[in-house]
Amino acid sequence: MKKEELPQDASALQGYTRELCYVKDEDGKFVTGLSSGWEVKAQALETAWDEVEEQLEEARALVRMGKRSPLYFFMKKNLMNLSILSSYSGFGRVLVWFHLRPLGCRFLGAKGWARYAEAFNCSVEDLKNHKL
Amino acid sequence: MQQQAEHIQSAHCENGVVVNLLRDHGLAFMNEPLAFGIGSGLFYIHLPVLKLNNGPAITFRTMPGAIFKRSCRLLEVDYVSRRFSKPAAAEAYLDKLLEQGRRVGCQVGVFNLSYLPVEYRFHFNAHNIVVLGKEQGIYRISDTVMEAPVTLPAPELLKARYAQGLYAPKGHIYYVDAASRREKLDAALLRKAVQRGIKRNVRDMLYIPGAFAGVSGIKYTGKKIERWREQLGLKKAGRYLGHIVRMQEEIGTGGGGFRFLYAAFLEQAADLLQNDQLTLASEDFSRAGDLWRQSAVLMAGVFKGRHTGQERFNEIAALFYEISDIEKQGFQRLAKVKWKEGK
Repeated sequence: MKKEELPQDASALQGYTRELCYVKDEDGKFVTGLSSGWEVKAQALETAWDEVEEQLEEARALVRMGKRSPLYFFMKKNLMNLSILSSYSGFGRVLVWFHLRPLGCRFLGAKGWARYAEAFNCSVEDLKNHKL
Repeated sequence: MQQQAEHIQSAHCENGVVVNLLRDHGLAFMNEPLAFGIGSGLFYIHLPVLKLNNGPAITFRTMPGAIFKRSCRLLEVDYVSRRFSKPAAAEAYLDKLLEQGRRVGCQVGVFNLSYLPVEYRFHFNAHNIVVLGKEQGIYRISDTVMEAPVTLPAPELLKARYAQGLYAPKGHIYYVDAASRREKLDAALLRKAVQRGIKRNVRDMLYIPGAFAGVSGIKYTGKKIERWREQLGLKKAGRYLGHIVRMQEEIGTGGGGFRFLYAAFLEQAADLLQNDQLTLASEDFSRAGDLWRQSAVLMAGVFKGRHTGQERFNEIAALFYEISDIEKQGFQRLAKVKWKEGK
């Protein structure tokens, strides 16, 4: 890639930083250049977030139908999966699986809620008075 | 002793940390491509069956942490690398080192790093930063992908150091041992380090058995892509391609899946070792990088729904085959180089 071909498209990096890239100058030697972003990458990132959005929508529906507990929505919102949530909360995977069901989360005491709240970086009230 | 700049920007986070720490250690000539090459940073593997973040498990680089370890070992710099089971101990140890005026490399998860844009904060735990100092509970940090140094409150850094999931850092820190400091690095050692870095990279890319790793891995992915449209449906296939593009081009790769970075290294190595074969190989990888970028454009066409026909998937696969051949040629060139000195 030549230096003048380095894309300077809009991206999520704007206002934070520009990224360093290795490009060739006129003599064919490698130099570094700063790029504000590339359309192709921005679109790839966008697709990834579209997918997250879609999963959140699904999670919302499942919780409303009473098939999953609100914890399930918060897990998806924090981009976690069962095993990551298990590590953050300290509950075993089977227990987490259970807590993600409406029946299971009824067995959670104050301490348990606090552990999930910490894992999700929010307060217990946020978890209980959720607005999906 | 000359004080080295606190912050340098680099394309890839771990390279930047290596350069920062080693320059501070007295190796002022270090730069990013050198660190990447000596650390044998280039790699490719596509693990079948396994899925990462709902995408194929592909990587364009070696294991996190490996570049630092290999660079230090080959340049005969002693280093210390530690993990901690207790977060409190991890924080105390880091603070003690900072008080001694050291710079400390630190593995963190990006999910909790508030100075990064939200869009980039996935659960990715192999990010590396340099911690420079602590004042009133706030750490000064040089994140090498950023243009300027940043700050982070102590609880946040601790949370990032104890991020969970794949590659959980467990408070992992690493730093060079000041006792091994030498005033001058002799040029022969550097040349040898570069040679050994290249040799290891040749081995990684050409001689790992099986179809998944090295240059044959790129072909393997190409073959998979050909079938994705039928196998997974257009939507999922598009997402998989988006996933590849992000692994390949996103911030932290220097573009073209690290290939430009490696080409830049070979260009320097050619100068250092006075070897024309290395210049030719550098051109191979530069071309491979261009093709990677070209494939990214095609893949974007698919996941944005512009061109979604099977023929487009075939085109992408064809590009992957071509890249595989070019990189194979490049590494074979490197494998045949007759080194004049050392082993």
